[in-house]
Amino acid sequence: MDWGSMLSLSFQQALGPSAVIYCLAAIGLNVHFGYTGLLNFGQAGFMAVAGYSVAAVVTTFGLPFYVGILVGLVLTVILALLLGVPTLRLRADYLAIVTIAAAEIIRQTVGSVTLVDYFGGQDGLTGFIGPFRSLNPYSDRVGIPGVVSWSAYDFWVMTVGWTMVALSCLAVFLLMRSPWGRVLKSIREDEDAVRSLGKNVYAYKMQSLVIGGLFGALAGFATALRSAAIGPSFFATDITFFAYTVLLIGGAARVFGPVVGSIIFWFLLSFLGLFFDLATRGQDPIIPDWIMTPTQASLIRFIFLGLGLMLLMIFRPQGIFGDRRELAIDAR
Amino acid sequence: MHALWTRLAALLALVLAGMVLTPAVALAVPIPVRGGAAATCVLPSPADDDTISIAGRICDRRETPQTPVAGVVITVLDSSGNPVGEATSGADGTFDIPLPGSAVENLGKTYVVKVDEGSLPDGTSLDKKNLERDVAINLDNDQFITFPIGEAPGSTTGKATQALQLFIGGIVFSVLLAMAALGLSMIFGTTGLTNFAHGELITFGAIVAYFVDELPGAIRIGGMNITVIVAVFVAFVVGGAFGWVNDRALWRPLRNRSTGVVAMMIVSIGLSIFLRNIYQFFAGAQSQNYSQYSAVKPWSIGPVLITPKDLIVTVVGIAVLVAVTLLLQKTRLGKATRAVADNPALASSSGINVERVINLVWIGGAALAALSGALLGLTQGFDYQIGFKLLLLVFAATVLGGLGTIWGSLVGAFIIGIFIEVSTLIVPPELKFVGALVVLIIVLLIRPQGLLGKAQRVG
Repeated sequence: MDWGSMLSLSFQQALGPSAVIYCLAAIGLNVHFGYTGLLNFGQAGFMAVAGYSVAAVVTTFGLPFYVGILVGLVLTVILALLLGVPTLRLRADYLAIVTIAAAEIIRQTVGSVTLVDYFGGQDGLTGFIGPFRSLNPYSDRVGIPGVVSWSAYDFWVMTVGWTMVALSCLAVFLLMRSPWGRVLKSIREDEDAVRSLGKNVYAYKMQSLVIGGLFGALAGFATALRSAAIGPSFFATDITFFAYTVLLIGGAARVFGPVVGSIIFWFLLSFLGLFFDLATRGQDPIIPDWIMTPTQASLIRFIFLGLGLMLLMIFRPQGIFGDRRELAIDAR
Repeated sequence: MHALWTRLAALLALVLAGMVLTPAVALAVPIPVRGGAAATCVLPSPADDDTISIAGRICDRRETPQTPVAGVVITVLDSSGNPVGEATSGADGTFDIPLPGSAVENLGKTYVVKVDEGSLPDGTSLDKKNLERDVAINLDNDQFITFPIGEAPGSTTGKATQALQLFIGGIVFSVLLAMAALGLSMIFGTTGLTNFAHGELITFGAIVAYFVDELPGAIRIGGMNITVIVAVFVAFVVGGAFGWVNDRALWRPLRNRSTGVVAMMIVSIGLSIFLRNIYQFFAGAQSQNYSQYSAVKPWSIGPVLITPKDLIVTVVGIAVLVAVTLLLQKTRLGKATRAVADNPALASSSGINVERVINLVWIGGAALAALSGALLGLTQGFDYQIGFKLLLLVFAATVLGGLGTIWGSLVGAFIIGIFIEVSTLIVPPELKFVGALVVLIIVLLIRPQGLLGKAQRVG
């Protein structure tokens, strides 16, 4: 068992493009759930709208890349408004169900045979990253020699991605220390009290939903850029659940919660994956075949993930950095 | 002579390959037999001469075996769009259009074969993309094509039958959906928990039934193999036990810690991921069928076809649903359940053992979900995420009817289930779930509390 290379590969994942994506998605959820108390279970839907906008605008309609980004942002705002109008006046669980349903609507629609000419069906779309790739300043593998390294393109995605993360964190920090942000937090604590002070709770929630959705859109762009392709399977319901796990590991309602959470989440996920993969492979595996095959071993990390999410929520809902008093979350 | 047979074989292979590659062409077409009976739909025999013909047949694929269709006008156009030949299908459904010029001249050319839509019999149609077919001449031999004819989307008689058939299919699905939705709604009503792991209770039923079904040996009563029936029953009982475990091991301790509803919702997501991957660990990722899955010839009742299995599943399902609603409406336990759902504190102070009621609701709800999963597995097979895929529809049903209301979840399930099937008349089948979820969002826009829910103070 080669611990060195396992650690190296895990670090590669922990800082790599995937961690960027989940970090951005979790920053959006942090605005929704951590600060406002909104249960958005459809972050994958926001990501899909943004990612598919870039891909379809460039590949299907042949328009410039930046138009795709613009279209993605506009459609994300529209989606947030569409979801918010019917549900933000209702109990928290309605928003949860409607958002999860909307994400699945979007995923199945873009993956359908009927719209294959626009969105490429189950195969998805490729060939839209040309302009982004041509800006890549790196030409060789980048990293610390002997410890960890990334391909030039991955590192370019990471550079742009972590810059977006930094800017997003700054934006969240500034927003949440403003009077506007304090209203959001008080909505989370006691919606009725805020309403009795004359604030338009509905409008604040809607603004929060839109802003968090836009961070989700950034995650969607990053998804499209990372793989240089896009497909319906990139936006499965579980993506949102994983982003929640990321948020809860780091700590909700903390600016850096999603960043730390994402790095830890990906480190653990890839380390467990590699460990059980190596432990079941080879002539005389450490874990014999009758206990688990390599195919089964690939599931162990997700079993741990589910268990981890449960235990985290039960025993330490504030995550690593959070403040338990700030998370007196309850459905309203 | 020998060469002719080789070429014929090659041609047949080509035609067959074409059929496989063109999904629109019915695969049930019998392999052409020389000199086959004229009543069934066969390809004309190739003629070995110096010219190339485009020959083929028009078959009605709604019949089994397919029947030939006469009187359809077919035109052949060359690559620049000029007509080069025309024919009308004969009584045996075949047509034969010789191409002008010798065989050698035609090699490598492409022709377009068009069916005149107006000449098709009333009430039938071809798919849009099937009205025209490109034929490339690569071999020095006659070319064969098949135009399978199906139901016209616009024809009134056919459409009504089709709608009725889909409606029946919708009822079957609704009953299964309603069982799962009733469980979810009861659990929500009494504990306030939106259980995202409810889908895994459904899958649990399907898996338990499968393992019982796979046990060696068959259980028989008087020569009848009832293994599957026993398996479904075991799934129901074990499913209830699983619900008890769920409540005792996880949810009751959480209630005692007075964990918030949102926190419990996220815990249920963790449980869903956990269980789903455990199911995949043991059952694999592939789709499984029960031993007596094999297709049975459907009964036709009037114009509608229904398999005996679907009929039994529906009858059992409706019986269970009626029993559960009667239980909830008439018995003391049912009254207590509704009291707890209405106001737990008040119920507790009037002497109802709230924890016991909640525990029973968990057992009942999980048993219903497991039964739904087992029956679903019986009708269409299952995989490790059958329940997870169904979960959103179960949610849609309960929210549509009004979260926490018993009648609402039943009404919602029937609306969603029937809508999903009948909507395929208009909506492409792969988008049928999307339609149901869109309906959910639209209903919430107009009537946020659901169809039967009580309006509450809103912001």
